[in-house]
Amino acid sequence: MKASAKSRRAIPRFKIAAPVGLKPPPPHPPRRLATTNDVVKLQRLMTNILVRPLTKTDGLQPTWIDGRPMTEVAEEFIKPNDRLTAFERLQLYNRMYWFRLIDIMHDDNPGMRAVLGGKKFTRLIEAYLTKYPSRSFTLRNLCSRLAQFIREEPRWTAPYTSLAQTVARFEWAQTVAFDEAKLPVLTADDISKTPPERLRLRLQPYLSLLALDYPVDTYVVAVKQRNALRTEASNAVDSARNVVRQKHVARPRRGRIYLGVHRLDNRLYYKRLERPAFLILQALAAGRPLAEAITAGGRCVKPTEVGSWFSIWMELGWLCCRK
Amino acid sequence: MPANSFNGQTDYGIGIGLRVPHYAHILEKKPVVDWFEIISENFMVDGGRPLEVLDQIMEQYRVVQHGVSMYFGSADKPDRAHLKKLKALVKRTKTPWLSDHLCWGSVDGTYTHDLLPMPYTFASAKRTAEKIRQIRDFLEIPICVENVSSYAEYHVSEMTEWEFLTEVVERADCGILLDVNNIYVSSKNHDFNPYDYINGVPHHRVGQMHVAGHTKFEKYILDTHDHPVLDPVWKLYAHATKLCGVTATLLEWDDKIPSFDEVHNEALKANEFIDGAKAAKKARTKSNMSKATRA
Repeated sequence: MKASAKSRRAIPRFKIAAPVGLKPPPPHPPRRLATTNDVVKLQRLMTNILVRPLTKTDGLQPTWIDGRPMTEVAEEFIKPNDRLTAFERLQLYNRMYWFRLIDIMHDDNPGMRAVLGGKKFTRLIEAYLTKYPSRSFTLRNLCSRLAQFIREEPRWTAPYTSLAQTVARFEWAQTVAFDEAKLPVLTADDISKTPPERLRLRLQPYLSLLALDYPVDTYVVAVKQRNALRTEASNAVDSARNVVRQKHVARPRRGRIYLGVHRLDNRLYYKRLERPAFLILQALAAGRPLAEAITAGGRCVKPTEVGSWFSIWMELGWLCCRK
Repeated sequence: MPANSFNGQTDYGIGIGLRVPHYAHILEKKPVVDWFEIISENFMVDGGRPLEVLDQIMEQYRVVQHGVSMYFGSADKPDRAHLKKLKALVKRTKTPWLSDHLCWGSVDGTYTHDLLPMPYTFASAKRTAEKIRQIRDFLEIPICVENVSSYAEYHVSEMTEWEFLTEVVERADCGILLDVNNIYVSSKNHDFNPYDYINGVPHHRVGQMHVAGHTKFEKYILDTHDHPVLDPVWKLYAHATKLCGVTATLLEWDDKIPSFDEVHNEALKANEFIDGAKAAKKARTKSNMSKATRA
């Protein structure tokens, strides 16, 4: 009884913030487009309409921000035809905007979707994209501010905010690892030319160093494996009897991990790091000279350990010269 | 010999869009394909798998860049960082021309990632043409602008879509990527004759054509790129090819993507119409020659 009541409970809706970076729309569309300013007004009005979240039934919001009926606003600048009203024509674009972006966010964030569940995830995405509509020409950057948004507005992810924020950082690091630049790697010659007190290194732009409060690497891998199994099942069979049951992947328990998210031979990898190794890498990334960065690992670190870490990092191609 | 002054690539033949589900097949089997169209934005990155695949493809095939985010019609000035990345890619691919859409999609630096319809006004055409010229001068490459599918029109419009397209390309002195599927979709959504559109554009500026599938709904048609090309679109394509001459043609298939062979075979259907256009041209030339001899 309790479980079914819980599953039927509606996810609360909250007032959604105004878009960051998008200027407010004009009160009315321009009557003619004589100047660039007129074009800006028209485009600002339409963009403000398109980026507003859909209604519960995936429709255009019936009321505009000034309280007027949306039908009236649409009729002011969009022509109807004999099959569609101005409102319905705008609604098509409003729907396409949201369906496209939600689809992409779904694909890019399997871990977040598993943490929150489908409905709550979609709510989060609506709130996120309403506050932070895309500021980049490429959809690749769509999730770049998701972790920040979760920190700023924890209500969308409660009671899993800490985990959600961790997953958002981890999933964004994968995007970075996928297609960020690769710089020439550090060579033994580079090291021999400069004394350690002066040698400053940098890390590959595609490498993200993450100190995380949950072991989300294994969690997201498990979620992806489950999703892959579901895809296989849906392609392979058409009878309900044979469908593989959706296996629940339990949310991870809190536990500190240090991770390097990177690529090797253009494939994604996550490498667990010991804390001192992580601190040394962080110090290198911050531009501290090699000799000083090594001390960031702490007094307990043995020189042999440091030597072995550096040889692994060199082999992975993580270290580059800071010019 | 070029079919027209903006179509120096008459021999480019029939291409298809380079899409992720086909990467393995193309790299392994190396099928014979005239050329691939790449979505520029997918490769405007600094490293990793996308550029590795692109380099491998370019070892075997010709590629042409097609963009989706230049937004010639947006009031915003061209983004310098965007243009620099695009130019770097142009140098990498050596694309003979570059196309993007006659639309807008961003304002105040906020992107909708959609191809939104233009208001068809003279002022808008003038401003858009100026932006195309600026971009072309920066990229140092011929540009073709593509007509989009649309689902809405503005009260402020002063002319038809094809008059607007003509006004823009004449002012910008650029080419046209004529998407005959988009013409068909918009003709149904806005109740115009698609043949008037094709007859009305400057044929000597058509440097490339697109064909694609669409989806019909009760009150409108959506440009979904998830079906084979429908007969009315092939008929329009045949008509356009007769008027514009043999032109580099590309099939777009972006959703529910079937096997490589299915997509390629669908694209190759265009050959039938190209052969028809070639035969018609030959007959015209022969008739002109015999008239000249008689004279």
